[in-house]
Amino acid sequence: MKIKAVVQDNAISVKVLINHPMETGRAKDQSGAIIPAHYITEVTATCKGETVFHAELGPGVSKDPYIAFQFTGAKAGDVIKISWIDNRKGTETMESAITAM
Amino acid sequence: MGISRRDFCKTLAGSAASLAVLAVIPGRALASWSEKAFMADKLDDAIAAKYGGLPIEDSSAIEIKAPEIAENGAFVPVTVSTTIPGVTSISIFVPVNFSPLVTSIDVLPRMKPDVSMRIRMAKTSNMVVIVKAGNKLYRTVREVKVTIGGCGG
Repeated sequence: MKIKAVVQDNAISVKVLINHPMETGRAKDQSGAIIPAHYITEVTATCKGETVFHAELGPGVSKDPYIAFQFTGAKAGDVIKISWIDNRKGTETMESAITAM
Repeated sequence: MGISRRDFCKTLAGSAASLAVLAVIPGRALASWSEKAFMADKLDDAIAAKYGGLPIEDSSAIEIKAPEIAENGAFVPVTVSTTIPGVTSISIFVPVNFSPLVTSIDVLPRMKPDVSMRIRMAKTSNMVVIVKAGNKLYRTVREVKVTIGGCGG
């Protein structure tokens, strides 16, 4: 996972890139066998103990999901924590410090 | 034979205790994924599963930024923003996908109603964005032409 969180126009602009196959469960491999569904279902971001972003995802989100959002009430140096969970209970959490422009 | 009063009370206390444990686990830790809405294969069913039967109004206060022609349906960039006050939820639907609900974002108090993502589109279709504010739903639709479908089926 890559996180870029910067102060921009009195808000924090966050860009997240997650490495994940996001298999829909409908694609086939070379031998013609169906590749089982494997996709992220939820992404959550917290900052100073408060949830600032929460999204539910389905198989319609592209492989290696890219998500950008903005929130208020934080400053450079504060830490944002982002975590995701997928349909097989796989999960990843990462922290990143907010930087000035 | 049968259950003694003592055993019955013990069992009851036990299940009450396990219920109490469940209740203290914060909601986020439990799956809050809208399974029914994501599994619906028709747009209207997906909207109903996500938002119930709330009335839907077409709105020009929602902006969908997406390419007019997407060469690759596997990666269609989209940015959704709105000026509707009091927005609590934004959902993006692609009616031609086998799972029309692509994503549903909770707009929390500190969040701006402005999000970007890359999504899949099986073929040329409308992108339908539904925004919830108060007890009302607002809808904006935008067509995206897709050259190569993106659902790998």
